[in-house]
Formats: sequence, C-alpha cells, structure tokens
Amino acid sequence: MADRTDTAPVAPTPTSRLARLRDSDLWYSFRAHPSAMFAAGLLVVLALTALAAPWITPQNPYDLAALELWNSEIPPIWSPQGQWPFVLGTDVQGRDIFSAILYGSRISLIIGFASVILALTVGLSLGLIAGYFGGWIDNVIMRVGDVLLSMPFILIAILISAIATASLPTGLKSALAAPILIVAIAVPSWVQYARTVRASAMVERKKEYVQAARLIRVKSWRIMLHHILPNTLTPIMVAATLNFGLAILSEATLSFLGVGMPADQPSLGTLIRIGNQYLFSGLWWIVVFPAIQLCLIVLSVNMIGDWLRDALNPKLN
Amino acid sequence: MKLRHFLFVTAATSALALPAQAQNILDWGANRDIGSLDPYSFGDSFTINVLNHVYEGLVRYDRDLAIEPALATSWEILDDQVTWRFTLREGVTFHNGNPFTAEDVQASLERVSHETSPLKGNLPAYVSSKVVDDYTIDVTLNGTYPLLLNDLTNIHIFDRDWLVDNNAELPTDIGAGVEGYATYNANGTGPFIVESRQPEAQTVFTVNPDWWDEAQHNLDGFVLRPVTSPATRVAALLSGEIDFTNDAPVQDLPRLEASPDVNVLEGVDLRTVMIGFPFRETLASGEPNPFADIRVREAMYKAIDLQLIHDRIMRGKSRIAGAVVAPPIPGYTEDLDTIPAYDLEGAQALLAEAGVPEGLSFEFNCLSDGLVNEEQFCQALASMWSRLGLEPQLDVAPRAVQSPKRTGGKTDVYTLGWATLPMLDSYSPLIQIFHSKEGNSGVFNWGDWSYPELDALVQAAGSELDLDTRLKLQNDAMRIIKDNHIMIPLHQQPMAWAVTPAVSDMPLFPDNKPRLWFARMGGDG
Amino acid sequence: MLAFLLKRTANAAFVMLAVAFLAFLIFRSFGDPVEMMVNEQATQEDRAELRERLGLNDGFFTQYVRFVTNAVQGDFGISYRNQQDVMVLIAERLPATFELVLVATVISLVVGIPLGVITAVHRDSRLADALQLTSIVGVSLPSFVVGILLILAFSVTLGWLPAFGRGETVDIGWWSTGLLTPSGRAALVLPAVSLSTFQITLVMRLVRAEMLESLRADYVKFARARGVPRRRVHWVHALRNCLMPVITLTGMQIGNLIAFALVTETVFQWPGMGLLFIQAVTFVDIPVMAAYLMLVSFIFVVLNTIVDVTYAWVDPRLRDDTAKAGASNG
Repeated sequence: MADRTDTAPVAPTPTSRLARLRDSDLWYSFRAHPSAMFAAGLLVVLALTALAAPWITPQNPYDLAALELWNSEIPPIWSPQGQWPFVLGTDVQGRDIFSAILYGSRISLIIGFASVILALTVGLSLGLIAGYFGGWIDNVIMRVGDVLLSMPFILIAILISAIATASLPTGLKSALAAPILIVAIAVPSWVQYARTVRASAMVERKKEYVQAARLIRVKSWRIMLHHILPNTLTPIMVAATLNFGLAILSEATLSFLGVGMPADQPSLGTLIRIGNQYLFSGLWWIVVFPAIQLCLIVLSVNMIGDWLRDALNPKLN
Repeated sequence: MKLRHFLFVTAATSALALPAQAQNILDWGANRDIGSLDPYSFGDSFTINVLNHVYEGLVRYDRDLAIEPALATSWEILDDQVTWRFTLREGVTFHNGNPFTAEDVQASLERVSHETSPLKGNLPAYVSSKVVDDYTIDVTLNGTYPLLLNDLTNIHIFDRDWLVDNNAELPTDIGAGVEGYATYNANGTGPFIVESRQPEAQTVFTVNPDWWDEAQHNLDGFVLRPVTSPATRVAALLSGEIDFTNDAPVQDLPRLEASPDVNVLEGVDLRTVMIGFPFRETLASGEPNPFADIRVREAMYKAIDLQLIHDRIMRGKSRIAGAVVAPPIPGYTEDLDTIPAYDLEGAQALLAEAGVPEGLSFEFNCLSDGLVNEEQFCQALASMWSRLGLEPQLDVAPRAVQSPKRTGGKTDVYTLGWATLPMLDSYSPLIQIFHSKEGNSGVFNWGDWSYPELDALVQAAGSELDLDTRLKLQNDAMRIIKDNHIMIPLHQQPMAWAVTPAVSDMPLFPDNKPRLWFARMGGDG
Repeated sequence: MLAFLLKRTANAAFVMLAVAFLAFLIFRSFGDPVEMMVNEQATQEDRAELRERLGLNDGFFTQYVRFVTNAVQGDFGISYRNQQDVMVLIAERLPATFELVLVATVISLVVGIPLGVITAVHRDSRLADALQLTSIVGVSLPSFVVGILLILAFSVTLGWLPAFGRGETVDIGWWSTGLLTPSGRAALVLPAVSLSTFQITLVMRLVRAEMLESLRADYVKFARARGVPRRRVHWVHALRNCLMPVITLTGMQIGNLIAFALVTETVFQWPGMGLLFIQAVTFVDIPVMAAYLMLVSFIFVVLNTIVDVTYAWVDPRLRDDTAKAGASNG
C-alpha cells in the first residue's frame, strides 16, 4: 500500500544504507516493543531446536528402520500410559511426535526460507533488469508477471507441485519433494519484489548520478547492484519477512491438501493431514501438537514482520 | 448442446424436494462417489454395486450369497455344451415403462462386451447371442465354461429402445470427448429409481413402486453422499447427518461402539490383501531385479511381522491369511492357509545367500484410496523391509495415478486386494492374476511371471464342468502359488459398517457390498 | 476513456490467452493422457487409435489453437474420471462456492470494518493493542487448522452445527441455494467463518490504516471544529472516506477467496468447485483442472479489469498516466 521509500536525491552508498538498517533507531524500536522481542526470542528458540533436531531428538522419524510399530499410539508422557522417551506421544506408525515436530519444523522453515530467497533473487534481478533497461525486456518480464498475478497464488503453487510430482519418476520424488515445493511457492511470489524494484529502478536510472556513472562506463550491473538496489531494501525487507510467514503457511497448506511433503518425510502440514484422520479416535496429540508448533512459528514470524513494517514506515513515526 | 444439459440438470435436481418429505429415506455416507450412472463405461466394483439398486442382472445373489433367478427364471445348457438358453421373466418393466424382453438382454450383452467397454473382461466367455422369442435368448460362449452365472450376476440389463433413442448403444467413448447419455441418466428394472444426481455431492434414489419382486425392504428411497474424509464420516454419523456408512474407519470403531447413537456391524471381508513382485529382467530404476529369486521373496515374507500389523494397524480386526483366497471361497483349503514365523535373522541370511546387495533400493507402489488402512500398512511394511536391509521407496498415490504404472510394469513391488468379485470363486484370481499374461488372461499379472504348469491347471479348470474336479485343479494351482511365493498374502481385511438406530436391519455381506433392498428402517415404517 | 477501456480489455484478453497456454501446457505435461483413459485390457493398437482420434498426433500449435477455440466456447471436453461434461460439472458446483465466498465476504466486512475503526480511533489503547495482536494471530492461523478447530468445538463437542456438506438446498432456475433452508444456513456457518478469518484481518488492517490518515485530514478537523459529535465524525465522515479502498480490496480479494475456498471446502467437504478441483488434482483429471484454472483466472482478470476501469473513471489522471507509461514502454 503506502510502503514506498523516500527516494533520496543524493546517491547513497551501500555502507551507509546497511548501517542505517543496523542503526540505533531500529534497535531502539525493537527494544521498545516487547511483543517484537518476545517473537524474536520465540523464533530463535524454534529455529534452533528445529535445526538441532538430529542431536536433540530421541528418534529420526525419517529413518523407516527406526520406527517400531509396537511403540505406536503412545499418549503424551503426562498421561498414565505415557512412556519415556516419547514426551509428546507417538503416532500410528510408532513415530515419536516430538521428533517428528522438530524435523517437520526444520522442513517447514527451510522450505519457507529457501522459497523467499529464491523469489527474492529472481524478483530483484528481473525487476532491476526490467526497470533499468526498459523497452521490450521490461515488457516481457512485466507481462509474465501480469499473467502470474492473474492467477491465485495457491492455485499456481498447487499446480506446479502436482505436475512436478506426477511427472517425476518415483526414485526422485522423495529426494525432490522439498525443492519442488520451494519452486512452487517462489514462482508466484517473485513478481511482487520485481515490481517494487522496477519502480525504483525506473526512477533512479534517470537520475544524474546514474547517467554520470554510465558516462564514465561503470558496468550496468554495478550501477544496479550498488546504487539502485540499496534504495529499495526497506520495503523489500518488510515484504520478505511477511512472505516468509506466508511461505511457511503455503507449504503447510499444500502438504495438508496432499500435494506437498510425503508421509515418510512429514512436514508440519503433513503431520496435521495425517493426524486429522484420527481426530475422533482419541489420538488428539497427533494433530494438536504439530498444529500448535505451526501456529507458533508463523505467529512469531508475522509479529516480527509487523513490527518491522511499523518501525520502518516513516509515516507512522 | 450445453443449454440442454443445464435444462436437464435443473429438472432433475428440482424434483428432489418432494421425496424428502417421505418417511424412510436412508442417508448413506460412502467413502467415495460412484464414477458414473453407466456401469459399462466405468469398470469399478463399487459403482456396479450401487447401480445394482437400479439395474439388475439375469441372476442375482440372495441373502446368503447363493445365486438365484432374477430377470431370467430358468436356464439350460444346450447339447453343443457352449450355448446357454435363458428363459426370461415376463411382466417386468423398466423405470420408463418399457417392457423387458430378450432384445434388451441382447443389446446389454453386446454393449458390455464391446471393444471400448472397460467391463468386457467381466464377461470373458461371451461370443454372441440370439433372440429366440420375446422371452427366450440363446447365449453362445467360446467354450465350455462353468462360471457364466457368476459372471451374469453383475451384468446389468439395459432397455434397448432407451439406448437406441438416446444414441447410447455403445459405452461412453472417452476418446470422442462427448458425454454419454447413460452417464447422467439411468433406466433399469431394479428396486430403486435414480431421482437426481450431483456428482461428488449426492445421488438420490427413490423406491420403484412397480418392481416385479416383493420388496423385503421398507425404504422410500436413499441418498448416496460421498464423504471422503474418514473423520468427517464419523462426525456425520455421530451427529446423525448420515444413517449408514459402509466404511467406518477401523481406528474409530471403539468410539463408535461406545456411542449410543451408532451400531457397528463388523466382519471380515472376502478381500485378500497381497504383495506382488516383479519378475522382469530389471527394476523400474534399470538395476538388475533380484525378486525373481524365490529366496528374496521368502526373505521379504519372513521379515513381515504379520501379527504386529494385525494388532496395531488393523486393530485386531483383520484375519491373517496364508492363502490367496478367503475360507468361504470355493477352492480354499486349510492346508494352504499357513504362515511362516516372523524371523528377521533367517530372512537376512536368505537375502545374503541370494547375493542381494545391502541397501537395495526398489519402488513400493501403494494406493491412497485403495485397501483398508493401506497407507499405514504400506509404511509399516516399508519400515520392516528397511530393517531387513533393503531400501523401499514408498510411492503412495490414488489409483488413477498408480494404475498406469502398475499395468505398464513401471513399478516394482505393489499391493493388490482381490475379493474374487463378482465370481466368488478361486478361479477368479487364478485366471485374472496368476495366469501368464496372454489375451484376456493374466490381466492383473502385473509382475509378468509365467508358470506353465500353473497355466495348464487353470486352463483345465476353466473348461471343467464337474465342480469337485474343478476345485481340485484350482487347489493344486494355488499350491504352486504358495510354494513359489508368487505373491505374499497378508490378511483378509476388516469390514466395518455402521448405522444409526434409525436403521433396524442392514444385512452385512462378506463381499462388503451394501444391498439396501434388504434394509429396513424404524419400527413400523 | 474509450481508448483506455479498449486497452484494458485487450490486456485482459492477452492475459487470458497466456493462462490458456499454461492450462494447455498442463494438458501436455501430465504424461500421456491416453494411459489415464484406457482400461487395463487395452492393447497397443487401441492406444494408438485413441491417440489419433484425440488429435494428439497433431502439431503443438494446431493443438493449442484447438484448445483455445474450444475453451472460448466453454468446451473443455469430458472429465476423465466422471465422463461428464466438464463445464456442466463445474457450473453445478459454482453456486456452492459462490455462496460460501459471498457469506465469508459479508462476515469479513461486518466484523472487520468496526474493528478497524475501533483500533484506529482508540489508537494506543489497551483494547486496540489486544485487537492488533488478535489480528496478527488471525493471519498466522492456517485456515485448515481453524476449520479443524471449529469442527472439534462446534460439531463434535457441542453438536450445534453440521461438520460437512451443504445441508438441504433449493433450486432457483439452475442455481442451487442453501440460504433458504435452516439446514442449509446452519451448514454454511462454520465454513464461512473459517474462510473469513484471514479476510477479516485484512479488512481490519486496511480500515485502520486508512482511518489513521483520514483522522489527520483537514476536513475531519473542520468537522470537529464545527461541533459535529466525535462519534459521528469517526463513523460517518472519516469512515466514508475509507470505503473506496475497502471496496477495491474486497473486489480484488474475491478471486483469492474463491481460490482459497478450496482449502475450506476440503476440510468441510463442501461440494464446491474447489473440492472438485482438489479431487481432480489427486485423480489427475486434467480437463477439470484446466477448466477450473481458466475459470478462476477469468474471474480474477475480470475483477481486476473492472477495478482498474472504475478507478480510471473516478480519477482521470490515472488514465493519462497509464497511457503515458504504456506509450513509453511500447
């Protein structure tokens, strides 16, 4: 909406821009918002435990040979039938829920993060190219973007994931499940970055410093990278943070619908899909714990994104 | 063209409001929808089962699954041994009022055996038919064949004039890209009439007041609602939104049984769940295929803890099987029904002896919409075989996706459930699964094996009219299957239906087919 | 204005052609459709013959032209799975999805607008902070989790509302509605609430942002100075100015809601287009998938075009800007 950056008339240097992001204003704002601090702390804990999953979980839920069927359907530790080390109980295959949640979070976080990075890379490059060169290149890139934006996000992701999965040989399927999802989520989301950068690039390229740089034959990519890109970083950073939450949600949704991660490498969405089948059979822990974990991750990311948007929006300060 | 469809759909659905006022409407929450209203354009047991309420065969199964006359009253084999003469029931009318005659039978047999019919394999022996008079028809077969009546129980009879008038004499040809008339419309002789249909939402059936047989049911109609999610089905049953389901999830049975609002009907299905192996030169990955070696198959068998799967995945509701057919099926004997002890070390030794490399990777093809708890037992099997030292690549997807891979030999190990339907005889799996793949035989021989001595026994049985001799031949053939572990039987799967107290009688059949013409609701109706 | 209108329409047509191309690619990339259509007993000759009749041996471009020509006439062939006319199949499901989206939109406006106004007017109050936090929770809860929780609470535990389906429907022409029967309305509650959670927070945040700006505007200060009651200033003068963006957002979000309804429809087994689509995806029923993609994109494009044109109508400057930008691009 109103997230346009102030376009500074003087050529900013990259170091000053980066420094501004780290400068005391932002830090002060962070310290002044307990909810942001809480969310950041929570996210750090969730991310660290997820990344450290192989070392802190009692079981590797992806190792089929480690699953013992006679350990199936054990309730959480605090109920009378609970058993050590299955703190949060086990599912119908004897998979430890605590381990599955941490491994699942790892997949969810990695897919979310990688898809945002991929979308950023593609979006920023294409946006810069389109805005800087203009002409037919710009036309082609932006038209492709138009087409992508004329289809609902979730629909594109579902289709890409379904097509890729259906046309792959089985042997590659489980190995490529996560990369497919990363691409499926990144494809519909790069346009937003591209549009933002393009708008800024179109403005900047007419500016004197760029013209001057051109005259002294500074290479195009240097101009783009060092002068135009830093200008747009603020709104891009806010959008990327919010999209990170969205990407995690999308991955969970695809997996819940059955077009995401397979049952033998469950992400949080897959765990909820499987658990949903046992909603009425008393095995509530199979669905409730993964759902809570998913909500906590997305909530912490969104709270940070929200704070970031307010903190970086000059209008509200 | 499109407009006509719209008008039709409107007319059909608006008629729906009327029967809703009537008393005994049974709400049937099924785990899936029927594929079509045309049984001959959609080869699928459940679709045929549901449409059996609308269409009938020349003969049918009674309450004890014995064959009894339906649209035919009697039959005899003529002197040439390959022609059967059927005498037809008089005074039967189709739902549109047309009288039922021999011409209808001929048109139906031709239609089901047509090139493009997915059901032609269900009537394999048919060659031609001749109308003798209005109520007599001769059916010629390709040889002596003992199981024609079993086949005919599920060959539904259409009205010839109706087919001709609506240009539907041939089954719907998907290649033509045009919807067939019979896909959306039905006109049978059966106890129920299709009132309206909304695919994947509901199909409404009302009672046929002019049915030729005396009704044992007291329904005014029923509504088939597909409720694909098991949890939703349970919720719907508990809240009384549906009266009956033919698929109560096994894991929810304790909760359903504890509820005063639900009665659970349990039994063991005739369907035997089996694991099949590839016998081809190479695996789908291109690596050499070790499964043609009997020691490898035996090792895989011994590495399966059948009892554990029975206890945990099947919640003690299945029946562990050693034979490829269930006990009630003719041809079964107890000595076929033995299982090896679970023996992981022995299995590993066998595998080493066969020279299978550690961590051999192969595809394991399962259906997400197939057998009872299939996804779960496939995961459990994959886990057990991993412990054996193999690396199964579990591939779970709907039937529509997996079928081309299975039939095309593009996968390795696979699951298969076989209930011997509609034949209810051990000849059914022998000819369709275990016979070598040639012509109409071995259609489900997805592993491409060939045992000539087995083929000889099956062929002999296929033309043997003496029951005891035939069953002996079939039993010998099944002995070969067992000795060679061609396929590994796991269990007969559990069958659980559930009804609300509104339903007073719902006979449970071992072939897992609801037959609502035996169902009763309420006290007085 | 006419030139602008033509330009936007041409643009929309171009986008639809591109979407059709994607839909067509789906057809092509899902392996061999013949393998999905034939039954287990089909021979090689059967397959080859079917391939010829389907026109799969024709050139790529010929097939694309044929696909677009048929699609324009609303002909997507018959479903692989049901063998029914795809457009009829989808048209039958349209009312269910449409009613769900409509009710969810109404809920989002009725709940979202007042909440937005409250959080803006009482900025920095405890209530506003709490509402702001709730709204973040709202966007963070996956809609399928919301659906499952609603079912657990209101169907399974309390038994107040049905867990699935549409209840009884009444036909008005070819439109089937669940709004006229008690069971139909009861069945609509949980799915609509679950679909609207995300939308409520969107509306609320937008209203809040717009209100904050309006409240600073001169005319609001004038109104206050003239002695108009505070409440009237907030809820009439300031709010009226926020409505245009809200209407725009709602219009543009309808397409998204239709798409997102497929998640809700899956959870509640709601017999709409989305459920049809998800089933088509699992069963690789390509004609249905392609038709759904085209239809939803069409709705999307039409809505966007209407919004753009309306804006240009209201604010002629936009027309010129776009025309200029277009010229410099071209």
